[in-house]
Amino acid sequence: MIPSVAAVAFYLLAALAVGAAVMVIRSASAIHSAIWLVLTFLSMAGLYLMLEAEFVAAVQVLVYAGGIMVLFLFVIMLVNLRDVSERRIRVHAAVSGGLGLALAVLVLRLYVRGHLETAVGASKLRAGGNLEAVGQAMFKDALLPFEIASVLLLVAMIGAIVLARPPRA
Amino acid sequence: MPVPPSHVLVVSLLLFAIGVIGVLTRRNAIIILMSIELMMNAANLNLIAFSRQLNAINGQVFAVFTIAVAAGEVAVGLAVVLAMFRNRDSIHVDDVRLLKG
Repeated sequence: MIPSVAAVAFYLLAALAVGAAVMVIRSASAIHSAIWLVLTFLSMAGLYLMLEAEFVAAVQVLVYAGGIMVLFLFVIMLVNLRDVSERRIRVHAAVSGGLGLALAVLVLRLYVRGHLETAVGASKLRAGGNLEAVGQAMFKDALLPFEIASVLLLVAMIGAIVLARPPRA
Repeated sequence: MPVPPSHVLVVSLLLFAIGVIGVLTRRNAIIILMSIELMMNAANLNLIAFSRQLNAINGQVFAVFTIAVAAGEVAVGLAVVLAMFRNRDSIHVDDVRLLKG
């Protein structure tokens, strides 16, 4: 069976995302981590495109690769770390790395035991364009969560300002 | 031939595990926040995968909400990091142990 171009693109992007994610937690300097994180977010936006989620892909690029990463870089430059050395404890790293791997193996075993059919047939995700489908769902079925999300963002904004404000003299 | 959903789940699982390892091994508060973002993205990938699998748009709507929550979380988290740096002159999480018994 010859894999389609979309499938090949998916596996390439998946490898890129995982590789960049590994570099995020391995880089010594926070700036390098941030750059690798941008690569992870962009390749995940590509994955979303392959999975028929064009709107989420656009939001991913705008919010994550645009907004959140600028925030990260601002704070990294504000705190201006002089010593980039991590006081790492070998045993600690080994134990937590082992825990993470054990988690991965545990879930993988569950995946292998179960079976999921590949979705076939006409997709409803693109009926009238993906943006319209998402908009219909968001403003009809999920209107209350949408409004609550806006309040949450407002609270987060006020909280961030209060926390980051310099103490009054 | 479309990508089977189990492969998407495996990618998501790997990203989540990498995020867990990052949170557990790194001591720089900013990199811990980045690892949390990785885990959120892994969860989003699961939502998108099942949205396509079940042919339902709700998963994508939820993914958008998750992104909004992640944005708020990062803003507050980085403000905490900033306040921590102002008070302690360090963003090492080991240096913050005021509540440690």
